[in-house]
Amino acid sequence: MFVSDTMLKINDLCAKVEDKEILRQLNLEVKPGEIHAIMGPNGAGKSTLGNVLSGRPGYEATAGHIEFKGQNLLEMDPEIRAREGLFLAFQYPVEIPGVSNMELLKASVDARRAHAGLEEYSAIDFMKMAREACKAVNLDQSFLKRGVNEGFSGGEKKRNEIMQMMLLEPSLCILDETDSGLDIDALQVVANGVNAMRSADRSFIVVTHYQRLLDYIVPDYVHVLANGRIVKSGDKSLALELEAKGYSWLENEAV
Amino acid sequence: MSEFQSHALMLAQQSKGLAWLNDAKQACANLWQAEKWPTRKTEAWRYTSLQSLESTLWSVPSEAQLDGLPDELMALDATRLVFVNGNFSSQFSSELPESLTLFSQASPAEQQAILTKFNQVAKVEKHLFSQLNTAALGEGVFLNLSANQRLEKPVYVVYIHTDTGASDYVGSRLLVSLETSAEAVVIEHFITLSDASPMFNAVTELDIGENAKLKHYRISMESEQSLHLGSVHAALHANSQLTGFTLATGSRLKRIDYHVRHVGSGADLDLQGIYLPKHNQRVDYHTNVEHCVPHCTTNEVFRGVISDTAKAVFNGRIHIHQDAQKTLAEMSNRNLLTSNRAEINTKPELEIYADDVKCAHGATISQLNDESLFYLVSRGISEAEARVMLSFGFVNELVENIAVEDIKVWLRPRMAKAFGQNDDVVRHLIHD
Ligand SMILES: Nc1ncnc2c1ncn2[C@@H]1O[C@H](COP(=O)(O)OP(=O)(O)O)[C@@H](O)[C@H]1O
Ligand SMILES: [Mg+2]
Repeated sequence: MFVSDTMLKINDLCAKVEDKEILRQLNLEVKPGEIHAIMGPNGAGKSTLGNVLSGRPGYEATAGHIEFKGQNLLEMDPEIRAREGLFLAFQYPVEIPGVSNMELLKASVDARRAHAGLEEYSAIDFMKMAREACKAVNLDQSFLKRGVNEGFSGGEKKRNEIMQMMLLEPSLCILDETDSGLDIDALQVVANGVNAMRSADRSFIVVTHYQRLLDYIVPDYVHVLANGRIVKSGDKSLALELEAKGYSWLENEAV
Repeated sequence: MSEFQSHALMLAQQSKGLAWLNDAKQACANLWQAEKWPTRKTEAWRYTSLQSLESTLWSVPSEAQLDGLPDELMALDATRLVFVNGNFSSQFSSELPESLTLFSQASPAEQQAILTKFNQVAKVEKHLFSQLNTAALGEGVFLNLSANQRLEKPVYVVYIHTDTGASDYVGSRLLVSLETSAEAVVIEHFITLSDASPMFNAVTELDIGENAKLKHYRISMESEQSLHLGSVHAALHANSQLTGFTLATGSRLKRIDYHVRHVGSGADLDLQGIYLPKHNQRVDYHTNVEHCVPHCTTNEVFRGVISDTAKAVFNGRIHIHQDAQKTLAEMSNRNLLTSNRAEINTKPELEIYADDVKCAHGATISQLNDESLFYLVSRGISEAEARVMLSFGFVNELVENIAVEDIKVWLRPRMAKAFGQNDDVVRHLIHD
C-alpha cells in the first residue's frame, strides 16, 4: 500500500520543448482525493505540464523536482509512470488503425496489474468490465472492436479516454481539455465518469478552458497557469471570476 | 546462356515426364535457353540479386513422406491438396471432386483441356522463371469449373518442403479455369518444415470467365533460407471478379510477380498484398495490371513492414491501353520501416493511353509514428510491445478485409509472430 500524504508534488519545475523554455519554476501540490482544476490562456503550458508529467519524449525537465507517490517521477520511464498509476487523458488522442481498442485496453491493464503484482484478469472477466466501461461512457460496445480511436468523432475520442481511465484505475488522472468540443450530454458523461471514480486515494488534475465543466466536476482548488507558472490559486470561485474577467489581469501580474 | 541457365536445363530434364506436355516444356526450355541472363542492370531485377540462386546447383528432390499433417496448415473446411517436395500426397489430400485434376492423372480429354489453357494466360516470354517452371514441370493441378458451377468448399493447395539434405528445386503449377458465372475460392500455401534452403518456383494461372468470381489467396511464409520465385497470371473476362490476396514473409530471395489483364469489359480486380521481411531478408513484388478494354476497375493495395537490414521492392504498374476508356484504377503502396537500415524501393507506375479514365496512385514510406508509440507507452505498454502492435496494425487493416474468416483467424497470430518471437510482445494481438 502506498502511504504518503502527497500524490504529486512539483517544485520549481522548468521544462523546455525544442529549446524553448515553456515551464518556469512551476509549483503545485496535489494530495490524495483532491481535484485540482488548471485554467489559463492558450499556449500557457498546460499541455506541456501534462506531457512532462507523463514522460513524453521531447518534453525535457531542465530544473526542479517532481515527487509522485513518494517517488522521483522524473527518474521513471513513461510506461512505469503509467503502471504506477499516472494517467493522461490526451487533448488530441491519436488514431491507431489495425490495433483494436480492446487489445490496447487489455495490454495496458495487464501491464499495470503485473507491475502491482496482481493477477491478470481473464479474457472473459475483462471483456465484461470493458463492456461496463463502454456503457458508463455511453459508447456502443462495437467500439471495443474498432481500431483505437479510428474514425471516432471528437467526442467519442474523449469518451474513449475516460473509458481507458476507468479500466486502468489510476491514482492520478490528468485530463487535458477533455471537455473541449463536447456537447452538454457528452460533457455530463465525462463528468459522471470522473465523479464515479472520485475516491480518497485518487486525485485529478483537470485542465479546462471552461468554467462549465467545473459545475459538474467540482474542484477543490483552481489554479491559473500563465507563462509557464501557476500565477494564482484559489477555490472554485476563482473559476467564476476568470469567466467574468478573463486572464489578462493575471498574465500581467505574472511577467 | 549462363552457367546457371544450363544447369537449370539439366534439372528440367531430370523432372518426371508428362509426355503429352513435352512440346510445351520444350518450347519453354528453348525460350529459357535463349534469354539473356538478367543482371542488376536489367530493369526488372534492378534491386534484387539472383546471386543466391545462381551459386547453387539445384536438383529435383527425392520422394519424401510426411509422418503427419504439419501443424502449420490452416484449419479449413476445404478440399485439400497436399504436395510434398513437389509430389502429390494422396495420403494427406482430400478426395478430389471431378472439377479438380492432377496433370499426372488427367484423362485424354482433360489433357486436351489443359493443353488449350496451359501458358495461355501466362505470357511466358515475359516471365523468365515461368519458362523454367514449364520446362521442369513434373506435376500440376487443374481446377476447371463449367458454367455456373460453384464449389461448395474452398480449394486449399499446400506446397510443403521437407528437408532431404539437398538443394531442392520445388516446382508447382496451378491452372484455374472458371467458365461463365462459375465461382471458387482458392488458397495456395507454401510451407517449409526445416531450415533447409529449397527453391520454390510456383506458377499460377487464373482464367476467369464472364461473370465468374474467384477469390485467390497466396500465403508464402517459408523458412528464412528458402528461395521463392513465383508468379500469378490472371485474365479477367467480361464482368468477372478477382479478389486476390498475397502475403509474403521475407527469405533469402523472394520474388513474386502478378500479371493481371482485364480482357473483358466490366471486370473488377481487387488485389491486396502484404510483405514482411526482417533480418537480412528480401521480398520483391512486381505487379502489372493491364486494362485492355473499357469499363474495368482495379483496386490495388500493397503494404510492407521492413525491419532490421531487410530490403523490399514494390514495383506496381498499371497500364491503361488506348481502348480502355472509363477505367477506374487505384493503386496504393505504403511502407513502414522499423529500422534505420531497412530499405524499400517502391515504384508505382501508371501508364495511361486512354483519355477518359480515373486513376490514382501513391506510395508512402514512413517510420513508426512517435505519437502513436507514446500513446501506447503512456498506457503502461512496454515500448517493445508497442512497436509490435503498431507494426501489426499497419498491415492488419488488410487482413481484416479477408472475406474467409478461417484464413483471417489463422493468419492473425502468425502475422503477429512475424513481428516478435517473444510471447510477451505478441500475446495481446493473439486472441479470437
Ligand atoms: N511539441 C512542441 N513543439 C514546439 N513547441 C511546442 C510543442 N509543444 C508545445 N509547444 C509550445 O509550448 C507552448 C505551450 O504549449 P501548450 O503546453 O500546448 O499550451 P496550452 O496547453 O496551455 O495551450 C506553446 O507556445 C507551444 O507552441
Ligand atoms: Mg493544451
